[in-house]
Amino acid sequence: MKRPGKMLREVLSHLTKKPATKKYPAEPIKLPDGFRGRLRFYPEKCVGCKLCMKDCPANAITIEKVGDTFEAIVNLDRCIYCAQCVDSCNKKALEMTKQFELAQIDRRALKVKV
Amino acid sequence: MGTVKIPIGPQHPALKEPESFLISLDGERIKDVGMRLGYNHRGVEKAAEGRTYIQNIYLIERVCGICSHSHSTAFIQAVEEVAGVEIPKRAKYIRSIVGELERVHSHLLWLGVAGHEVGFDTLLMYSWRDREVVMELLAAIGGNRVNYAMNTFGGARRDLDKDMLERILKAVDVLEDRTKYYINIATKETTLIKRLSGVGYISKDDVIKLGTVGPTGRASGISRDARKDDPYAAYGEVDFNVITDTHCDVYGRAVVRLLELMETYKIIRQLIKNIPDGDIAVRFPRRVPAGEATSRYEAPRGEDVHYVKGNGTDKPERVKLRAPTLANLMSVAKMLEDDNLADVPIAIAAIDPCFSCTDRMIKLEHSSGNSEIVTWGDLRKRSIDFYRTQHGIDFSELNKKYRGNL
Repeated sequence: MKRPGKMLREVLSHLTKKPATKKYPAEPIKLPDGFRGRLRFYPEKCVGCKLCMKDCPANAITIEKVGDTFEAIVNLDRCIYCAQCVDSCNKKALEMTKQFELAQIDRRALKVKV
Repeated sequence: MGTVKIPIGPQHPALKEPESFLISLDGERIKDVGMRLGYNHRGVEKAAEGRTYIQNIYLIERVCGICSHSHSTAFIQAVEEVAGVEIPKRAKYIRSIVGELERVHSHLLWLGVAGHEVGFDTLLMYSWRDREVVMELLAAIGGNRVNYAMNTFGGARRDLDKDMLERILKAVDVLEDRTKYYINIATKETTLIKRLSGVGYISKDDVIKLGTVGPTGRASGISRDARKDDPYAAYGEVDFNVITDTHCDVYGRAVVRLLELMETYKIIRQLIKNIPDGDIAVRFPRRVPAGEATSRYEAPRGEDVHYVKGNGTDKPERVKLRAPTLANLMSVAKMLEDDNLADVPIAIAAIDPCFSCTDRMIKLEHSSGNSEIVTWGDLRKRSIDFYRTQHGIDFSELNKKYRGNL
């Protein structure tokens, strides 16, 4: 039947239900398993081929040789969290973590050694 | 009274993205609509020429915030055609499943926006709550809610395991139930029907003449869908109907989108039932041979066309993209003729516009025909001079101070 107020029943039924919104900052959010967050680097696996640097769409990652091992420096504000570097790495030296609360007051603090 | 001209945009509360519409009014009636593009131009096509193919996947994916999978698939299909690589069947199915889930979220988003534009905010709240079901599903599949990054050259980046397919089927059941509810609302709620009927009318002939695509065209009785006309990915192997409508107005567009959702659920169920086992990707060369290809993709908003020209290196020579909004935008001027001023927001929203996909550079030429090239430094100098002479504000000190950072 055509009539106005068709959604009224749905709206009223929600008076007794819990809110649909998440109380995110107050309660931690549940992230899916394959979430793409801040990078993690395993220096012992890296062979310094720099394929991740070559493929990074945002020029966010830099691999540097320090002594005998390698160091990965990531600009977290440039990183677009696409995980292409993880795919490009043949030695599985990079992985994505679930860490996503990366805001900083100072921009320089976003350039980090991962 | 003579004609009154009212600018709507580039910054306007009724528009979600910056775009300029100059509306000539006779009383409340719209006589003419002028449009100006370019407020969101980001130079993506040019930027794509300076990046490698792999980097371009993520650049092209970010052309649009809603149909990210559509753009990246269209681009990747074109590159794969240039390289002559055939992707595994399972990858085709994965691409189609993600593409259809994207259509669900886009159409539910549109339903909410349309409700909001006509003052039916209850519809916005509830349809967006239900959209969360598919958003969370996409986040679980790809690792992110908006840019799923599921595509790569030669296939898909992540596999959909059995549990995930089960989860998709369960979510589709919930979404189908809710969509039926919204179809019931849209076809029975008299206030909504009365507000949307007759607004933004565009006849079948005009739709053909203006080259309108997607649900906007289908709502005027044009049965055109790239999934059916030129099947890509796994669409050749599924059975579905192209939804058309003869209302030719905003109401028709709402009905087409909602009924299309039902077809989408049908497609997802078939894809999951028939998904073959096997690899999800094949090796793809870093250097793509010389050649060119065009690819068509039915994005939620309409047909998306990508053109790629390779020159044998690891960077494309030319990338050209035609987003569906660019094809649909010209029809807005026709739709608004003789409508009321108050119909402008919903008539524009009814094509589901994405202006950042659409925006093109405008080249202004001297009347003498001489064009000039202005460098970035020149442009900066000119703007500093402009503010000094016209407004008495001197930015030169500030410019020196921040030059290194900008």
